[in-house]
Formats: sequence, structure tokens, C-alpha cells
Amino acid sequence: MEVEAVVDASTVRRWLEEAAASVREQRDYLTQLDAAIGDADHGTNMDRGFAAVVDKLAAAEPSTPGKLLTTAGSTLVSTVGGASGPLWGTALRRAGRTLGDADSFDAAELAAALEAALEGVVELGAAQEGDKTMVDALAPAVRALRAQIDRGAPLGTAVGAARSAAEDGMRATVPLQASKGRASYLGERSIGHQDPGATSTALVFVALERAVTAEQ
Amino acid sequence: MSAVVTTALKKFVNDPADVVAESLSGLGAAHPDLVRIDLANRLVLRKDAPVAGKVGLVSGGGSGHEPLHGGFVGAGMLDAACPGEIFTSPVPDQMVAATKAVDGGVGVLHIVKNYTGDVMNFRLAAELAEDEGVQVESVLTNDDVAVEDSLYTAGRRGVGVTVLVEKIAGAKAEAGGSLAEVAAVARKVNERGRSFGVALTSCVTPAAGTPTFEIGPDEMEFGVGIHGEPGRRREKLRPAAEIVAEMTEAVVGDLDPDPGTPLLAFVNGLGGTPLIELYLVHNELTRQLADRGLEATRSLVGNYITSLEMAGVSITLLALDDELTALWDAPVHTPALRWGV
Repeated sequence: MEVEAVVDASTVRRWLEEAAASVREQRDYLTQLDAAIGDADHGTNMDRGFAAVVDKLAAAEPSTPGKLLTTAGSTLVSTVGGASGPLWGTALRRAGRTLGDADSFDAAELAAALEAALEGVVELGAAQEGDKTMVDALAPAVRALRAQIDRGAPLGTAVGAARSAAEDGMRATVPLQASKGRASYLGERSIGHQDPGATSTALVFVALERAVTAEQ
Repeated sequence: MSAVVTTALKKFVNDPADVVAESLSGLGAAHPDLVRIDLANRLVLRKDAPVAGKVGLVSGGGSGHEPLHGGFVGAGMLDAACPGEIFTSPVPDQMVAATKAVDGGVGVLHIVKNYTGDVMNFRLAAELAEDEGVQVESVLTNDDVAVEDSLYTAGRRGVGVTVLVEKIAGAKAEAGGSLAEVAAVARKVNERGRSFGVALTSCVTPAAGTPTFEIGPDEMEFGVGIHGEPGRRREKLRPAAEIVAEMTEAVVGDLDPDPGTPLLAFVNGLGGTPLIELYLVHNELTRQLADRGLEATRSLVGNYITSLEMAGVSITLLALDDELTALWDAPVHTPALRWGV
């Protein structure tokens, strides 16, 4: 088993490309979810942003994983708008900064990078788990990743567990009442709808799993 | 019943992705004496910006609320507006470009409506602009009393009072107020203003092409936001007098002005309600105020902060004093608001 598996810039590129493809594919679904409890633009905005990321990285010089993530984050801030732009932009930039200048990283470094991403999102959005936001998918995913890695699981298994936890977290937003973001104005009427931000977050973890397992 | 169908989304649109840019170009072509459009950065700029020695005023937010904000760029009001995609906050790059473009050397005020996205993007922009040597102050508008419990929400939304903040702070800046003074009067307007909105129909974003929310032919959304976000409750449509009575109670009850306080009454259409109904609402509002020993010494009636084609109305009351009245009366010359010049 490849406990010492490392991932590199090509994995990060594949991750972001997979994420862009999933967001494109699910764009209308994300927008529908947002129409129910927000303002019907989440799919459109995320699609515009991730498409810009793919364009930006295609034109970029070969680079380190950390640099690719910070570039992707800055691109999202500049193109998405809304709350998702600053939140996803901050997440990827923090992750990128945590990875530093190294040419590759291992499972534990990936966990540290995603923990930094989560910390950045929580700091900027002031949302906690249970508020019916992207944090409800991101936090359990990062926790699951860390738990798997700490017990020595292979990278593929660990990111699979993270993806699974993100999807569980996403589904668990359905019965929640929103208390952050635009959905919070619905009060009790936000109950019964899946959060669009948690849904796109789960897509990003599906993309991560695909990118990592494609390597192995 | 079969006659009432909430589809039929006829819009004057080419590609939905081009709506904002094409509309901005039209604004610039219609008012070349007042504004210039920076399409690359997606900005509406006062034609003579930056005005040396004057505090610059920048606002922005999602598009779809026209004439807010681009229609309020000009002498005596905003120096720049940053329009985002429809109902989506603009991005920090736009705000930084706007801030630098209007800095007359004495700082720039950001007027931000309290929505999660706007707040985050403007915060990032203020940091970036300050890194580049521009002094920035930010003022948040949050006047929507329909949001009752701020503890469990993102807080009260910024709605009608934003127009009044832009006018009054704009006049203060035009009169030579310092950044601190302009920010202080902007905060004062926000603190002394309250709003409440009611929708009769949904809006339709060009990208989605379908109504943002479903509402029955005999229903109204009481306490609606300017993006079709719901308010306090859904209920059956009633006579205007009853609706306005309840709206007035919500606003006056929260504002709690001392008897005799002069008020600015702002009756705002949400895009799909004709002026004849807005004046009818203003008539009811005037009566409601009189019943409470209050009087609107200044009024503004029209479509100024809209929600695309939503039929509906919002009422904003601002507790005036001599300073605010004088600044309200000061000359203004923008595409959507003009007097005194």
C-alpha cells in the first residue's frame, strides 16, 4: 500500500479541472437549489469562476501545487462574486499558502492544507457547522480526511472518506434551518431544502477523489 | 384560474450573459454629460472623477436593482458604482479599480448593503485599496425591519435607505466634508432610516428565465427583500389601506420617532408596479403618519431600488433633522435623480 503516496502539480490541475467539469454539469441543479432558498445564481456563478480557473491554469507556466491553488483562489475571487467568490477564493488561497513552494505533497500535508482552507472559510463567513452553509460539507470532510490519515490509511481511501463525509454533510443540511447568508431570511422555511453551497462543496471533494485516484 | 400562469418570460435580451454590459453601455450612451463607463472594469464613473479634494463615494452590488447604483452616479451623489452580475455581488477587483479612480486625495467611502457577498467582497477590496495607499471607510446599510431576528440571520438587509444614504452622504462630500464627516452622516442616515417591502409577483432573472419564487394570483409576500427573498409571511392580498397600515406600523414601530419628528417618506416601486399605485400607497402612508402625529416633510416616490420586474412596493422612513434636510435638498445631478441644477 502506498502510505507514502505523494501528489503533485498535475494532481492539483486535474482536481481543479474535474471540479470545473462537475460544476458545469451540475450548474442548473445548483441554481435550482439556490432558487429554493437563495437567489438562483449559485450554479451560474460557480461555473463562471471555475471555467475561468481552468482557462487561467491552461495559460499558466508549469508551477508548484501551492502556487496553482493560490492562483485558482485569486481567480475565483475575481470572477465569482457573491459570497462564494471570497469564500472559495480564500479556501484555495489558504490551502495553497499552506503547501508553500514544494513540488509535491503527501497525505498529511494535504490534510493540513484543507484544514487551513476550512479555517479561512469559517473566519471569513463566521459560519459554524449546523448553520446550513458550505461549512456543513467542508468541516466533516476535512475531519474525515485527517482521521483516515492519522490512522495510516492510503491517500485514495482517505480522500474517499472525505468525499463521503462531504456528501453526508451535504444531505444533512436538508433538515437544517439556515442562519447565515441569504437563505437565513427564510427562517423556518429554509428547512427541507439542501444547501447549494454544501452541494458544490461536495462536488469539489468528488473531484479531489477522482484526481487522486486517477494517479494510482 | 387557468388564465393565471407565471411563465411567459419575455425580456429584451440578446445573450443573458451580456445583459449587464450592454445595459451599462446604454447608460453611458444616454448620459455622456454625467457618467462614463469603464467596461473593462465594469464601472460607472462620474464623468469628472476624480474630483480633487472631494471625498469619493463608491457603492455597488448585484445588478437588477436599477437605477441603483449606476443611475445615482453624478454630481452630489456617487462617484462610482460597481455593478455585479444580476443579484450577485461585484468582485473586489472592480471595487479597487473604482476606489482608485475616484480618489481625489482625501479618501473614499464605500457604501455597502448588508448582504453576505457584498460585505465580504467590499471588505477584501477595502484592504487591497488601503494597501495601495487609498484611505477607505465603509458604511453598511441595514434598514429592513422585515428581518426581525438578526441573531439567527445574516442581519437586517440593506434596502431603501441605501438611496437616501447615497444622496445625503453625496451632498456632504460635495460640500467639502472630510472622510470622517461623510462617513458619520452616512451612518446617521442608516441609523435613522427603516424600511419594509411587500411583493405581489416574483422577479425573473434573465439567466434563470423562470420566476425566482412561486406566488399565487391572490397572494402577497409580506416583508420581501429586493432579490425575491421572502419576508415575514405569505398571505392573501388585501386592500391597499390595510397593507400600508401594517407596513407603516412595522416601520414606525421600529424607528420609534419622537412625535413631531419630520420624516422623509420614500415610497419605492420594486420594478413592476406603476406610479399610479405608488402614489396611492403614498396617500395611504400620509394618512397613516397623520394618525400617529407624524408628517412627511420630504417625499420621494418612484422606482429607485428595484428587483427587476417584481410588482411590489417598499416604504422607507427617515427621521430628518435640519442637517439631513439641508443635505437632502442640496443639488443633485445624476441619470436617475436630479434637482436644484
